[in-house]
Amino acid sequence: MIEIKDLHVRFGAVHAVRGIGFGVPRGGSFGIVGESGSGKSTVLRALSGLNPDWTGTMKVAGQALTRNRGKDFFRRVQMVFQDPYGSLHPRQTVDRALAEPLIVHGMDDHEKRILRALAEVALPPATRFRFPHQLSGGQRQRVAIARALMAEPEVLLLDEPTSALDVSVQAEVLNLLADLQERRDLTYVLVSHNLAVVAHLCPMVGVMQGGEMVEQVSAADLRAGRTVHPHTTELRRLSTELEEA
Amino acid sequence: MQVDIRNLSIAFPTATGLSHAVRNVSLTIGNEKLGIVGESGSGKSLTARSILRLLPRGARMTADKLSFDGIDILKADESAMRAIRGKRAGLILQDPKYSLNPVMTAGAQIAEAWRMHRKGGAREAHEGAMDLLAQVKINDPARVFGAYPHELSGGMGQRVMIAMMLAPDPELLIADEPTSALDATVQAEILRLLEDLVARRGMALILISHDLPLVSHFCDRVAVMYAGRIVEELGAGELAQAKHPYTRGLLECLPALSHPRPRLAVMKRDPAWAEGPPGAPLA
Repeated sequence: MIEIKDLHVRFGAVHAVRGIGFGVPRGGSFGIVGESGSGKSTVLRALSGLNPDWTGTMKVAGQALTRNRGKDFFRRVQMVFQDPYGSLHPRQTVDRALAEPLIVHGMDDHEKRILRALAEVALPPATRFRFPHQLSGGQRQRVAIARALMAEPEVLLLDEPTSALDVSVQAEVLNLLADLQERRDLTYVLVSHNLAVVAHLCPMVGVMQGGEMVEQVSAADLRAGRTVHPHTTELRRLSTELEEA
Repeated sequence: MQVDIRNLSIAFPTATGLSHAVRNVSLTIGNEKLGIVGESGSGKSLTARSILRLLPRGARMTADKLSFDGIDILKADESAMRAIRGKRAGLILQDPKYSLNPVMTAGAQIAEAWRMHRKGGAREAHEGAMDLLAQVKINDPARVFGAYPHELSGGMGQRVMIAMMLAPDPELLIADEPTSALDATVQAEILRLLEDLVARRGMALILISHDLPLVSHFCDRVAVMYAGRIVEELGAGELAQAKHPYTRGLLECLPALSHPRPRLAVMKRDPAWAEGPPGAPLA
């Protein structure tokens, strides 16, 4: 579904992503972990079309991506950001936020689609006419996920979708993402600094450091400690050390 | 130095009556590392900040006892509080990006804290600041001294914050999510640094965090808060024996590398947790 080869991203003199590549099958998930500044979010932003200064090959569903993406691309590929408070319009109701993709893509039956989307992310129908500030952090992230689903996408790009949430809410959102993937055959690319979160949702994990993808490892190998690159080993050690306490 | 908190309650007036943020919390803190864990809105930060009487405007605080080394915080006047705040008890906040002054160099800020509490000259303050930067294990103190906060990484900024708080030789350090904004590798370094400083200086430490495994790994004792109340207190390494369903829930909903779970447990909140033990007054 997604194929990336030799992707470079530059910001002026800064070479933020240095020739990385990975592939994700349809209905699969790929996780990218790394510390701040490793370039993990930049990969996602280049893929989603938010950053035009890239070179290399990126393909979604067999079609090579160009700088200018058509409307169809933005329907098929949707993104969910870390902080739903920053990504939802503070003066628009949930209803308005969910209607926007429908208007943009000329889809009909707004009423039915909005109610179905709210039910799908397990939000009570009463939240439909609330504003973002009237919702909890977990509810806001559910709205952001529902908004991303409105256009019936095939690919969801998730940039730290649970980092701003409490752990109990994080568990609910991760379960929701797993359910949605199964129900709609979605393809995920998940970026996170949390190794355990990434390994939970994604069978394949890419580890980034200094703009390079230093290792691609299956979640099973990661759990078992079969890692090759020292940075992966270090991240794994820090993550498991606390679990054993 | 000992902090005694007995039956502390903090409430905020709202349009529909008082909203109780902290309810009947009792804690004693000696020379140890105490962790306070809870989710957003559990009252963990308010509880710790009540010791410095740094509460948001409008907060109503009541307690049977609230004392810092014998000083009654409930009755102390502002000048007595100033002798505690910063001087005897330091506060480290989450994000150095927002808690450092952006238009002063790191060194000047540390030197200012040093002069404020120690009443020394400018040259002594400069030397004191350089010494503190070395104590928080900064390899190149001279460079960091002259750097502005935006020129420092998150981990460096947090080290500068810690150095500043150490200037007056405090007896208690309150760290409110000191590593939440930092990467895992940097987080480990900062915690090791805090641990080392606490041991070397014989300070007490209150570590506030949402991360239960992290806190129990690092502290001698952990208090778990839920809806303004302490629901469970645990010794270090007793996490596996946690009894309260909320504490157990917090642990079970975490994805873990060492033991994969096909589905994460979802916490079913029991309204009884917020009410506390039977017979306890609600307020």
